[in-house]
Order: sequence, then C-alpha cells, then structure tokens
Amino acid sequence: MSDPFLIGEAMTGGYGKGPDILHGCTIAAEKGEIAVIVGPNGAGKSTAMKAIFGMLNVNSGAVRLDGEDITKLTPQQRVVKGMGFVPQTANIFTSMTVEENLEMGAFIRRDDFRDTMTQVYDLFPILKEKRNQPAGELSGGQRQQVAVGRALMTKPKVLMLDEPTAGVSPIVMDELFDRIIEVARTGIPILMVEQNARQALEIADKAYVLVQGRNAHTGTGKELLANPEVRRSFLGG
Amino acid sequence: MNPALKNSLLFGFVGLLIIGTGMVQGWNSALLIVNMGLISAIMALGVNLQWGFAGLFNIGIMGFVALGGLATVVVAMPPVGEAWSAGGLRVILGLMMGAGTVIAAVFAQKRLKGRRRTLVTIAILIVGFFIFRAVFDGGVNAIEAVNPASTGYLGGLNFGAQMRAPSDLPQPDLFILLSWPVGGLFAAGAAWIIGKTALGLRSDYLAIATLGIAEIIIAVMKNEDWLARGVKNVIGLPRPVPYEVTLQQDPSFVERAAGLGLDPVTASTLYTKLGYAVLFTIVLLILLWLAQKALNSPWGRMMRAIRDNEVAAEAMGKDVTARHLQIFILGSAICGIAGAMMTTLDGQLTPGTYQPLRFTFLIWVMVIVGGSGNNFGAVLGGFLVWWLWVEVEPIGLGLMNLLSSGLEDGSALKLGMIESAAHMRLLTMGVVLLLVLRFSPRGLIPER
Amino acid sequence: MDFLNALVALANFVIVPGLAYGAQLAIGALGVTLIYGILRFSNFAHGDTMAFGTAMTIKFTGLLLALGITFGPLPTALLALPFGIAATCLLVLFIDWLVYQFYRDQKASPVILVIVSMGVMFVMNGVVRFAIGVQDIRFADGERFIITARDFKTMTGLDEGLAIKTTQAITVVVAVVVVALLFWFLNKTRTGKSMRAFSDNEDLALLSGINPDKVVKVTWILVAALATTAGVLYGLDKSFKAFTYFQLLLPIFASAIVGGLGSPLGAIAGGFVIAFSEVTITYAWKKVLVYLMPSNLEPDALVQLLSTDYKFAVSFAILIVVLLFKPTGLFKGQSV
Repeated sequence: MSDPFLIGEAMTGGYGKGPDILHGCTIAAEKGEIAVIVGPNGAGKSTAMKAIFGMLNVNSGAVRLDGEDITKLTPQQRVVKGMGFVPQTANIFTSMTVEENLEMGAFIRRDDFRDTMTQVYDLFPILKEKRNQPAGELSGGQRQQVAVGRALMTKPKVLMLDEPTAGVSPIVMDELFDRIIEVARTGIPILMVEQNARQALEIADKAYVLVQGRNAHTGTGKELLANPEVRRSFLGG
Repeated sequence: MNPALKNSLLFGFVGLLIIGTGMVQGWNSALLIVNMGLISAIMALGVNLQWGFAGLFNIGIMGFVALGGLATVVVAMPPVGEAWSAGGLRVILGLMMGAGTVIAAVFAQKRLKGRRRTLVTIAILIVGFFIFRAVFDGGVNAIEAVNPASTGYLGGLNFGAQMRAPSDLPQPDLFILLSWPVGGLFAAGAAWIIGKTALGLRSDYLAIATLGIAEIIIAVMKNEDWLARGVKNVIGLPRPVPYEVTLQQDPSFVERAAGLGLDPVTASTLYTKLGYAVLFTIVLLILLWLAQKALNSPWGRMMRAIRDNEVAAEAMGKDVTARHLQIFILGSAICGIAGAMMTTLDGQLTPGTYQPLRFTFLIWVMVIVGGSGNNFGAVLGGFLVWWLWVEVEPIGLGLMNLLSSGLEDGSALKLGMIESAAHMRLLTMGVVLLLVLRFSPRGLIPER
Repeated sequence: MDFLNALVALANFVIVPGLAYGAQLAIGALGVTLIYGILRFSNFAHGDTMAFGTAMTIKFTGLLLALGITFGPLPTALLALPFGIAATCLLVLFIDWLVYQFYRDQKASPVILVIVSMGVMFVMNGVVRFAIGVQDIRFADGERFIITARDFKTMTGLDEGLAIKTTQAITVVVAVVVVALLFWFLNKTRTGKSMRAFSDNEDLALLSGINPDKVVKVTWILVAALATTAGVLYGLDKSFKAFTYFQLLLPIFASAIVGGLGSPLGAIAGGFVIAFSEVTITYAWKKVLVYLMPSNLEPDALVQLLSTDYKFAVSFAILIVVLLFKPTGLFKGQSV
C-alpha cells in the first residue's frame, strides 16, 4: 500500500522538555478526503495536529508530506512545502482588512495571486462583501471564514484546521462545515480537530479517536458513528 | 566558591577600591565616596524593595529624593517671620482651596453619573482653579517680596535656631536629623498619591507616569520660590556634625590632631566627614536590617509570590493592588530619607541639580548591577557604581593622557582626547549596565 | 478690528508655534509607537536617538557649509538630513544586532527590554556628548522668517503682527510629507503591510511566512529616519542641546500613549493634543483678551494658567487622565 498524502506516523513527543503527550500516535489524510481527530478533553487532539505541523518536538516517529520526510522542518518551512494551518485562536489579523488578511496569507507567493483570491471570494461570498472592513469587526463565523481563506491563499496541498467551530453557534457551525466540505471538493485534503464529535464524524471520510495520546479507534466517520464503544464513550449513547 | 565567601570578597573588593582611592587621591576624597556611597546604597535599597521584591518599575526616584531634600529646608531652616505675616496664611488658605477643589472633583466623579458628572467635574475644576490662583498668587507675591536676595520664602520650622544667641562659630544642630524621617514621610505621601492613580497600570505606563511625576516635583521645587527659594537655592542648612572652622579653633582638637601627626585643617575635614559617615552607616544598617527582616518574613515571601505570578496570587485571595501600594510607599519613603540625608551632607538645596540620569537611572544601574531582589546586592551596587561614577573621569583622563602622551602638545587630537574624558561617565554606566544585563542578568549578588 | 487683532495674536503665539511643536512631537511619537508595535517595548533611548541623529546632521551640515554648499533660503541642515538619517540607521541597526537581538531570541519580557533600552540610552547619551559636546547649538541658516511681524503689520494695517519662521513652515511641510510617506508605506506596500501584520499578530505573521528579521530591520530604519527628522526639525526650530532631547522623551511618550501606543494615527493626534495643551495652558492670554474684553474688564495680570516651566505637568496630567479613563488611548492602541 502506498503512503497516504500526509501522514504523521507513530509520533511520540511533547512540548519543550515536558513529558510526552503523544505516544506512538498515527494520523493520516488522503487527497480529496476530510480527516478528523476527535476524542475527550486532554486526549492530545490539538497536540497531534501541532506535531504534524512542527510546533512541538517529535522524539520518535516521522511526518511525511507527499512522500517527502518533513519531520525536521520548522512550521514556516512546512508552509512553504504546502501545508496550510488555521490555529484555533488568534487566527486572523484583527486590525487589517479582510483583503489584507488574504494578502498576508499569500505572503510567501511571489506570483500573481489574484486568481486564488477570486476563488476564496467565490467560496466565501460574505468576505467579498466585507473585504475592506477590518477583520476584527466581523462576527465569529465570518472571522473563521477569513482564517480559512487566509490559509487557502498559499494554495496549500493540505489544509489543517484546529477546532474551526470553537465558540460559534450551532447554525454557524453547520454553515462552516458546509464550506469545509466545499473546500474538500476542490481537491484539498483536510485534517481537522473537532470538539463537536458527532457533527464532525458525519462529514468525515476518515476519523481518528485519540485517548491519552494514543490511537483508540480509526475508521470512516460512519463506522465510528456506528461503533457502540465510541458511541458510549464520546457521543453520549 | 560558596556564596557567603564570594559576597565577602565582593565587598572586600569595593573596600579595597575605596582604600586605594584614599591612598592615591587623599582620604578626603575617599570619605566623600564613602558618604555618597552610603546614601546611594540606601536609595538602591529603596528601589530594590520596589523592583526586586515586587517588580514595580519606578523611574521617578529623582522626585522622591528631591522631596527628601525639600524636607531638610522645611524642617531645619529658621522660619522667616516677616514672610509668614506677609502672606503665609494666604498661601496656606490657597493651598487648602486647591486641595478642596480636587477633593470636590473626586467626590463629584464618585457621586454623579453620565454627562452631568463630566460637566460638574469640569465646572468644579475650572472655578476652583481660578479661586485657588486668586488667593494663592497674592500670598506668593507677598512672600517672595520679603527680602528676596536672602529669603523671599517661608523658611522652615526650626524655631530653636532663631532663639540661640548668634555666636562667632557655627555649632552643629541635631534638629536637622528630624528632617530625615520627615523626608521619608514627604516621599511616602507623594508615593501614596501616585500609587493610588498609577499602580493599576501596566509596567511601562507606571514607568512613564513616575518619570513624569518626578519632573513635575522638580518643576515645582524650581518655581515655587515661596517654598524653598526655587533656583535661587537655600544655602547654609544646619549640620548635625561639628563644623571644620569650629574644630580648628578648638585647642584640644588641634592638640589631638597633632598627636596623630595631622595638620588641623585636614584633621577637621576628616573628622566632619567621619561624623557623617557614622550617622549614615547607622541609618543604612537599620534600614538594611529592616529590609532583611521584611524579605524573609511571610510578607516578603508573599510579595515575591505576587511578583512571580500576579494572577495566581490574586486567585489565592491576595489583594495585589494594596500590597503594591504598600511596598511602593515604603520604597519611595526610603528614597526620601536618602534624599534628605544627601541634602544634609551638601548643606544646601539646589533644585537645578536634580537630573534623572544622575538620580533615577544611575540608581537603577546600582540595583541591576548589584543584584535585584537581594538587599546586600543593592548595597554593594550602591557603593561600587558610585565609586565608578566618581572615578571614571579621573581614570579616563589618566588613560587619555597616557594614550596621547606621544602626541604633540596642543594638537587637536590630543585636546579632543583629553576633553572627551569628561563624557566617559554616562557611556561607562551604559556599558556596565548592558554587560551585566547580558552576562550576569541576576547581578553580582543574585537573589537567593 | 479688535477681533481680527485677537485672532492674529492667537495665531502668532498659540496656533503657529503649537502646530510646529505638535508636528515635531508627532514625528517623535511615531518612532516610539512603531518600536512599541513591532518590537513590543517602550524605547527609553528614543530621545537620545533623536539627539544622535541631529548631532550627525549638524556635523554633515558643517561639512556641506565648509564645501560651500548651501540650500539658498532654506536651512542647509535639510540637505544634510539624509546623511544624518543614514548614520543613525547604521547606529541603530548596529545596536539592534549587538544588544536587542539577544533578548528577542530569548523572548525576554518587555520590562527587561525597557531596562536594556535604559542602558542603550546611557551609551547613546555618552556617544552624543563625545560627538558634539553638551553646549547649546543653533544650526539654522538661510532666511529666518517667511513673514515678519513688522511686514505683516504694514501689509494688513493691524496692530498685531504675525511672524512665521521659516523653520516652523518647514516643520509642518516636512511633517506632512513624512507622515504621508509613512502611511503610504504601511498601507500600500507589501513590506509595510507585513509590518502591520507582524504588529497585529506575531505568531500568525510567522505562520504566513513573514520574515521577522526583515520586519525588525525595516522598523529600525524607519525609526532612525523618523527620530532624526523629528530631532532636526526641533533643533532648527529651537536649538540643539543633548539634554533637552533627553527631556523630550516625556512629551513624546505622552503623545504616543495618549494617541494609543502602537497606533501611528494615534501618535500624530497625540502629538498635537499634547503640543496645543502645553502651549495654551502656559500662554499668557492677556494679549488676546485685551482685544476681546470691554476696556473696563481688561485683565491686568498675564492670565497665564500655569508658568511655562510647568509644561511637563500639562503633558503629564493629560497622560494620566487618558490612562485612567481610556487606557488604550484616543485611537485604539495595543494594551498588553
């Protein structure tokens, strides 16, 4: 079997010199798929994603993108390699306009990025409407769209979202998920950490349940939704 | 090397520097450095209390030092009766009206709401200001008209000084010692007002606020001639130690000096300076003892806990703002005491000489170099940096003379090099501060 | 007629000097606010950076004059200004490399950087004294006035004269140009936008591939240019003295904070607020009021709210009021 497009394989590591949080954890995403990481609080969901993005020390294991080993690269270098990352908080430039946010997203590109910007505006029409407004003045859901749009500006080969629906209302959450599915349809693999496990599993092509930094269950979203153990422990029956 | 030995060696080294100065430049110079070193050490203790214990970033030290200086005039100079009868009461009435205005404005701020609050506050301030000026200015003019060449101010509260019969030889007047604690009180009062308004601000805002207050205090002391003659200076403050001229006329003193192989002039100057040194040492030891007690008390531990993690301390129910106010007042009061001592040593109050580089930032160099958070470090820094401050110029001059000795006399380069020695001080202080921050950020004697 | 006279007196003693002083403070405050926004500390060495830049400009002015080059009716110092800026750029970049970079890499807390900047302040103060001494230096040459009070009186027939010094006009013109250039740079260029992004959200800026070293370098270059310009304009208008520049730190900080630290627009507004408050509160209003009041109500005192020596008190009082009631300043600045 060939390697998945993005894989963090058997990762063990933690922050700085602190104790290990991840223990041989494996996460992967295929082209055109949405992969989600779910699990109880403190399971190391965000940590696993940050490990893939190079924001913490991976003591053993490897991260490969499109067959290339990127374990030793800094987050900035991974962005250049084609990883787009949307942090959970502080993920936009609040004092800059929506358009400037997108421009900053494209900072590493020296070519003409107007096409990409048009694509982002097509994907998120509300942003086009508000493009000259400071991003900090937008609503929570709109800010998340700016954040995703900013990450898309590099034309990433893979998009990673850290809890994109944290702190937004259920209606906005549904809309955000719709948008994320649309992004996935354009062919970009998406790796996402989610707090709202049920909704996330519903849209997931592949899902990972982490418990205490270890892979507990892996499967398609539907399989896990049907798995009685998963239902009992995370989905409230 | 264990810390105690290292610290003793450091203090021994500073002692050697001073003894060396005595042998090369004479014991009078050495004692001058000791006396100012003692005062600097006290100031550094005060700043260390605020910065080292509590992490408060106060760069208004100059203001508190100057207030201490003001206290010496207010306490130890004889009152000017004529000035008091000319306008004393009117000035006091004016000041009371000014204070009343401020209190009324604060009261209005607290009691009223909305737009009305703003309007009433502004109205009170404007009306109050003009009433204050109308009453106050008249009094000031009357006071300043009283014999402006020698007094023109209210004088102090040293009633005893007037009653003593004028004798030919000046005698020491211990009354001025009272001005030291009073200087502390003055500084504490100012610190209370500043603390009440500015302590809630984040560190660099507090810094700017204190810097500004210090400038204002100096501006007041320079301009309010009725208070302490402003830039006309108050000279001839009484001294707590015997005067040189008096000693030189004293046959028994001359005899004892001769017994030690000293001529009466040298002996008298040394004697006077030693007298100051003894007084200052007593104050320093008392304050150091208190500061050590405080550092190792539960109160001191709480202070450091607050400094290290304000949020956690607050969550544990500590009243962070009140504790900060407390230590801000205490530290400032110590600076005020030191300021009064310094003016006593100088024998005159010269508001024009207070400059932030010398009286604020230099003290900071002392604390950082000595070791913030450690009282002994602050004391060491006080002596060491003061020695450096005084000796950089002669050393620089010697160096420049040596370096330019090969050059032709009177050449522009030689003159320039020798002249530049005068500017060595600030540069050296900056370099020392930067080097310590970089390579020994916890100072020579680090916090335990 | 009396009303016009009052207006002219007001313009002559309050508006024109206030505008010039405000422009000088604004350019100074822009430097402080840029450092705060990008490097995240209050730079106590800013006054001395201004002094250094001015000292260098004075040196280059002397050189130009020695070569027989002047700027006609305008001060030669304007020609020397670019050289002064270049020298200051070199110095601040050198200091950043030697001193500040270490603490940035360590991610030292802002208060440590402030103390470090105190050390730099001492050093720069010493360097300026070495370079040019401590005396008062006047280096404005060319025409002294655009219009003198006497000319104005004969021209208009009014009793009051309006004098506009060349240096005042230059200050305002240069300030407008500098501010326009700076805002164009920050809002329209890629590098400028990346600086704003860095100031807004450092982590995200790094994620976006913005090179922090470049941002820091460009910031220092801008700061050197702004500080030197502010210093030279102030020195042309008044005179150069190392110690005065150190003291300018207080009104400059007040301007930056009143406007909102980290906000360039705020720095400009703050500069003018502080300057006009200082001038109006320490101005003797008698001259204006004699024209406006009926003669029996004419004031006999100077009607000066505070003596000129209290100008620091004014900037400081405004600072405190703003900090207490609107801690982020007039224009929403950063409040960490």
